[in-house]
Amino acid sequence: MHVVYPAVVSALLFSIGVYGVLARRNTILVLMSVELMLNAVNLNLVVFDVWLRDRLHSGQVLTLFVIVIAAAEVGLGLAIILALYRNRATVDLDRLRALAEFPVPSPEDADDHLPENATEETAGQASRASAATGPTRPPGRDDTPEATP
Amino acid sequence: MTDVPSYLSPTGQEIVFLLLGVVAVGAALLVVTTRQLVHAALWLVVCLGALAGCYLVLTAEFVAWVQVLIYVGAVVVLLLFGIMLTRAPIGRAADLDSRNRPVAAVVATATAIVLVTVVIDGFRTAYAPLEPGGGSAREIGSSVFRTWVLPFEVLSVLLLAALVGAIVLSRTDIRGRR
Repeated sequence: MHVVYPAVVSALLFSIGVYGVLARRNTILVLMSVELMLNAVNLNLVVFDVWLRDRLHSGQVLTLFVIVIAAAEVGLGLAIILALYRNRATVDLDRLRALAEFPVPSPEDADDHLPENATEETAGQASRASAATGPTRPPGRDDTPEATP
Repeated sequence: MTDVPSYLSPTGQEIVFLLLGVVAVGAALLVVTTRQLVHAALWLVVCLGALAGCYLVLTAEFVAWVQVLIYVGAVVVLLLFGIMLTRAPIGRAADLDSRNRPVAAVVATATAIVLVTVVIDGFRTAYAPLEPGGGSAREIGSSVFRTWVLPFEVLSVLLLAALVGAIVLSRTDIRGRR
């Protein structure tokens, strides 16, 4: 087996994963693309282990470790996505652009998202309501009861 | 590695590997371009299964079965659960792609060109003769439990911590400290 073939397949898979991470909006699709990139790395590890005839089998063992870490990553990532969905009622990465706790809707944000549905309004209401109670109150999950569908 | 066989007379293993690789790359392209969310997860199954076949051809049997068990069995099911729990649109959705899609295509194409060029240039003369048995469960198991015991145990603790974290994150009745 020429080493070039698996290496080229792995490079193509990695760049497809890069495209998916950059171009997708849904967070779960971004996670899938990250999985594609991890699999490209795994293929590289396996083929170089076979090529170099490692006596310790470090490439294949490291592949197993990467698979386990990917499983843990997907579990945690989905838990984070579900918490995000409970708070904001969307998993759309283009709409999740608030870095602070209480986002103040700016006018450029308003005309930035013309095809809006009710989620931005509810988020705005929630931010106003929680801002009215005072900035010292931490944003619990119950602050946005209308965001839960 | 001095006598490299010609590229013009591929062996049967190489043909099988290339076919599986074409399936994997095509399924991966469909994962990142399809307009239906559930179909993306199912194409991911095809891609990961083809990669498991690639591992089998490369004589890494144990890794191949672990790939089938964990990736196809667990990770994709978790992703499907995530799709269901976030009430994603089942069926054709128009807004799965972001607006920076052309930029992403340019970046991905540049990455592909650079990587493929470097890889072909670097490993043109590398040849790995395949001998069965190098990646069997016996070999990998003795390697894991003889040489790699400490990382293995650390990894199990990491997995436990990740699962506890996932439970804490997804329960709603655990509140933060005031």
